[in-house]
Amino acid sequence: MDISVKNDTAPPTPLPAPARRGSSARGATRPGDRIFLALSRGSGIFLLVLMAAIAVFLSLRAASAIGKDEANFFTTFEWNPTGDPPAFGIAVLAFGTVVSSVIALAIAVPVSVGIALFLTHYAPRRLRGPIAYVIDLLAAVPSIVYGLWGALVLVPHLGGLYAWLDDYLGWTGVFEWNGGAPRALFTVGILLAIMILPIITNVSREIFRQVPRTHEEAALALGATRWEVVRMAVLPYGRSGVISASMLGLGRALGETMAVAMVLSPTFDIEASLLDPGGGTFAQNIASKFNEATTDGRDALIASGLVLFVITLLVNGTARLIIERRKEFSGANA
Amino acid sequence: MAKRIDVSGLNAYYGSFLAVEDISMTVEPRSVTAFIGPSGCGKSTFLRTLNRMHEVTPGGRVEGKVLLDDENLYGAGIDPVAVRREVGMVFQRPNPFPTMSVYDNVAAGLKLNGSYKKSELDDIVEKSLRGANLWNEVKDRLAKPGSGLSGGQQQRLCIARAIAVEPDVLLMDEPCSALDPISTLAIEDLIGELKERFTIVIVTHNMQQAARVSDRTAFFNLAAVGKPGKLIELDDTERIFSNPSVQATEDYISGRFG
Repeated sequence: MDISVKNDTAPPTPLPAPARRGSSARGATRPGDRIFLALSRGSGIFLLVLMAAIAVFLSLRAASAIGKDEANFFTTFEWNPTGDPPAFGIAVLAFGTVVSSVIALAIAVPVSVGIALFLTHYAPRRLRGPIAYVIDLLAAVPSIVYGLWGALVLVPHLGGLYAWLDDYLGWTGVFEWNGGAPRALFTVGILLAIMILPIITNVSREIFRQVPRTHEEAALALGATRWEVVRMAVLPYGRSGVISASMLGLGRALGETMAVAMVLSPTFDIEASLLDPGGGTFAQNIASKFNEATTDGRDALIASGLVLFVITLLVNGTARLIIERRKEFSGANA
Repeated sequence: MAKRIDVSGLNAYYGSFLAVEDISMTVEPRSVTAFIGPSGCGKSTFLRTLNRMHEVTPGGRVEGKVLLDDENLYGAGIDPVAVRREVGMVFQRPNPFPTMSVYDNVAAGLKLNGSYKKSELDDIVEKSLRGANLWNEVKDRLAKPGSGLSGGQQQRLCIARAIAVEPDVLLMDEPCSALDPISTLAIEDLIGELKERFTIVIVTHNMQQAARVSDRTAFFNLAAVGKPGKLIELDDTERIFSNPSVQATEDYISGRFG
């Protein structure tokens, strides 16, 4: 009796814990897993913190600058942050940046898609490697070299083209040319087009290469010519990829600095004609004014940088929307 | 509509490799001819020579004659693109254009061939989908992507796409091998209806299928791996499966090899 009571109240002897590695089902308790999880999670958080820090820095300095601006920040055609009263606005820069980048895309996208199609569907096999290699080389040239080439070769040789455009399209006003040095937004657009050509070409080529052979054969078996195969099977399949590629290129064009600064004669006016010198872009304006700027001047430049940041975000968001809207037909679910 | 195919002395190459050697045969209009034989015997390659699809493969080359009624598909001045508009094809894996709706998939071939009024297109699309026994299943989702259909529906969509252009001949390269038994049955029933209007040639690995759907059966074989495939015999399906005249055919259909 006594013994049984004692037995009842005695704490049960704990079983020896089984020797297990990584006892938790979550699998995160092994040292290796824990370290890796911490590292990858840390990297992700670091990126967000970094973006937030940049945004906060830009916003604070920009707010201080815009507070001192006596003119309308969005509509003023002037950049005089140290004047009395300080007056500066981004209208010219926003116009120049967007217009030169759109010109660049308008030239580069058709050419890039053409090159990519040629490389994947038309070129003889032994030509494909060398051409692709040359395009990769183009991507590796530093932008300052493009700037030099643009200033020393492109600008002196564009007179003929501009005279021709003026002859045939001058009536639109947009392509009117007064015969001045072609250091204009259109020149910037041409140079940017050459600079973003490699990335758009390379990404498009990858996409076109992935078009399933069965889709092309389906078109061929219906009696499609080579071009009709491209139109029915290849281009629709690659559509979202080409849009993404263009956005990558556009991102580069929007932010390009040195090459723009070297071929443009900046002014703070919006010229009706794209062929007449003048205008400016965000990045070019920051680069050319930053060194001599006072604190207020720098804050004003930072404010313009914030606008560029927002424009880039908007562009990327729009591209995502376009791709998302057509997802059902993208071929991803084939 | 439904032309006779007359092949004589046909060789098909991949580069310098002779894949199919010296094939001669006649395929009657409004009949189903099945090609059977072990893997690698060249039956699919031969099928693809009948609409000049073989030559889109790098190194693909053909010698010999293929007469469609009286026109040699490999004659001088014959455009392979025009040949493929007369000889339609259905592939092993259903391959509707994923970027197109059901409607546009069926209309794809028509749009290549010329311009149609919207009402004409509507009529042909409906007729083709009915012809492929698919209309009732998709009439309410014509604007949805073709790739959203089931595998069997996709394959019938591909058949509708092929027959929409009213070809003379319909080639089918193992059209049921990626499908479940019920979808397979649907396609086999369909083949029986389509032979009223078209000359049909079907490659199949499934001998019961050949026995079920075809009027004539051709048995292909190859002497050894790396040797060219040859036509062993072509006869009425009933005869091939009951009393073939060549021993190799009997061995194959009775499962003794292959």
